[in-house]
Amino acid sequence: MSVLVYTENWDGKFKKLSWELVSYASSVARMMNMKVIAFTIGKAGEEDMKELGRYGADRILSLVNSNLEVMDNRAHAKAIADLAVKEGSKVIIFSNNMTGKALAPRVSVRLKAGIGSGVSKLPLSIEPFTVYKRAYSGNAFADVVIRSEIKILTLAQNSYEITERPTGAIPETTEAEVDPSLVATTVTETQKQTGKMLLNDAAIVVSGGRGMKSPDNWGPLVELASLLNGATACSRPVSDEGWRPHEEHTGQTGKIIAPDLYLAFGISGATQHLAGVSSSKYIVAINSDKDAPIFESAQYGIVGDAMKVLPKLVDAVKSIKK
Amino acid sequence: MNIVVCISNVPDTTTRIKFSEGNASIDTSGIQWVINPWDELSLARALELRDDPASGVKKVTVAHAGPASSEPTIRKALAIGADDAIRVNCNPSDAYYTAGQLAAAIGKEGFDVIICGIESSDFNGSAVGGMISEFIGIPSVSSVSGLNIDTGVPVITREIDGGRESVKVPVPFVAIVQKGIAKEPRIASMRGIMTARTKPIKVHEPVDYDSLTEISGFEKPAPRAACKFIDADDPAKLIELLQNEAKVI
Repeated sequence: MSVLVYTENWDGKFKKLSWELVSYASSVARMMNMKVIAFTIGKAGEEDMKELGRYGADRILSLVNSNLEVMDNRAHAKAIADLAVKEGSKVIIFSNNMTGKALAPRVSVRLKAGIGSGVSKLPLSIEPFTVYKRAYSGNAFADVVIRSEIKILTLAQNSYEITERPTGAIPETTEAEVDPSLVATTVTETQKQTGKMLLNDAAIVVSGGRGMKSPDNWGPLVELASLLNGATACSRPVSDEGWRPHEEHTGQTGKIIAPDLYLAFGISGATQHLAGVSSSKYIVAINSDKDAPIFESAQYGIVGDAMKVLPKLVDAVKSIKK
Repeated sequence: MNIVVCISNVPDTTTRIKFSEGNASIDTSGIQWVINPWDELSLARALELRDDPASGVKKVTVAHAGPASSEPTIRKALAIGADDAIRVNCNPSDAYYTAGQLAAAIGKEGFDVIICGIESSDFNGSAVGGMISEFIGIPSVSSVSGLNIDTGVPVITREIDGGRESVKVPVPFVAIVQKGIAKEPRIASMRGIMTARTKPIKVHEPVDYDSLTEISGFEKPAPRAACKFIDADDPAKLIELLQNEAKVI
C-alpha cells in the first residue's frame, strides 16, 4: 500500500511546487503508515529526480513510453491509473494546477476514486478520510469526506510547508503500457516564453487595476515586480481593455493564485477579484478610495494615488536591496 | 455538427454565503441563482460558432444535472440562445455522480463537442468535465482558451505554463474551457426570452451511480486582521513593515 504523488517535470526539471507536493505526500503517508512513491512522466534530470528523495519520497520513478510524449489527457490518465493499481496506491496526489486538473478527474473515473480538489491542509482525519478545501470561490471552506477505497487529492499551490525528510532513494525507470490508439491529441504549434516568472509560481505578485489609468503607466509596476523577483498581474477590466495580456488576469474567471505577498495597485477589490487572490498570505492595497472593499481584505494599506506611490516604493525597495 | 454545453446552477458571486445551523449546508434563502460564470462563457462561444456558417455547427444543447427547481437557470440559457436543453432529474451530490449522470444523458442524445467550464464557483472542484470524458471514453482537452471549428474540424488553443499550444483532436471530445474562450457572456434579448418559453427541455431520469464524496460541514474563512494604514507620503514605511514585520520580502 502506498501514497502515489505525481511530480510533473518542466523540460526535465522540477520546481518549488514539486518539493511541496512530495513534502505533503510524505506527511499524508506518515498519517496512514504507508510509503511514498513519487513519479514523473518522461525523463527528468538525474539530480532533480534524486532531489525528490530529500522531501520524503521512498521510491522515485520515471514512467516512460513514447506514447506519453504529447500531453494527451486520456493516455496520461490511463498510465497513471495503471501505475496506481500496480503499486497498490490508496491515495494519489496531484497539484491543483493545469495538469492536475486535466488528469485527476479522468484517473478518478478509471479507479472509482473520490476527489478532494484544491486541498490546503493535511487530511483532518483518516477514518473517515476527511479533507479541507476551498469552496464558494474563497467565501468558505468545506470538510469533504471521501468514501471510496482509493482517494485522489489535488493540492492547492503554496499551501504546504516544504519539509526535508531525506530517504536516499535511487531513481528508477519503469515502462508504461500505453495503447497508441488512446493518444488523440496532436500539437501543431507551441508558443512559449522562457525566463519569465510565472504568475502561479511567484511568491510575490504585483498587480494593477483600473486605478492605474492607462496601459502606459505600467512601467514602475513592472519594475517593482522585477525588483522583488515577483510576477505581474492585473484585474479583469484591465485585461478586458487589452492593457495587459489575459494570462495576467487574476480573479474568479482568471487565475487563482496564493502568493506570500499580493500587492494591489488601483484595484477596488470586487468579490470576483478577491475570489482569485484571497488565499494570499499577505494582501497590500494601494487605492485612492479609502472605502474601497480591498482594504477589508488587506493587512497593509495606503490610501493614495497608485501612480504617485509606486515610484516611491520602487526607490524604497532599491535602497533595501543595495 | 452538435455542441453540448454543460451548465451548473450556482449562487451569484456577489451573494453573501450563509450556512444553516451547525454549518452542515448552505442557507439558500435569499440566494440569486445564476449560470456558473465559466459555463456562461462556454455557452457564448458555442453560440458564436453556431451562428458562423463556416463552422458547420448546427445546434447547441445545454445539459444540466439538477432538480426541477433549477429550470429557471436552464430557461435563461435557452433565452441566451441555446436551441434545446437536457436536464437530468437528480440531486447533484458530488462531481462523480454529476458527471456520471451528464455522461449517460449526453451519450443517449448524440453530440460532437461537449464544452464544460473549468470549475463551478460553488464547490470549485474542476472535475466534472474531465470525468464526463472518461465516463464516455472520449478524448478531452483541458485549459482551452480558444475553440474554433472549421467545417466540422476543431482547432483548439490550449494554455500551458508560460505559453500556449495549438492542438487538434478528433470529434467527439470534451473541451474544458477557461479564460479567453469568449470575450464576455451573451445577454438574452427580449425575443430570446419570449422564444425560450417554448423551447424543449428533455428530462432524463437518473441512472444508478454512487457518490464518492460528501461535504460534512462548512467553515467561514478566518477573519483577517484589520488593515494597518501607512501614510501615502511615507511608502518606505510599508517596505520596512513587509521586510521586518510580515517578513515576506
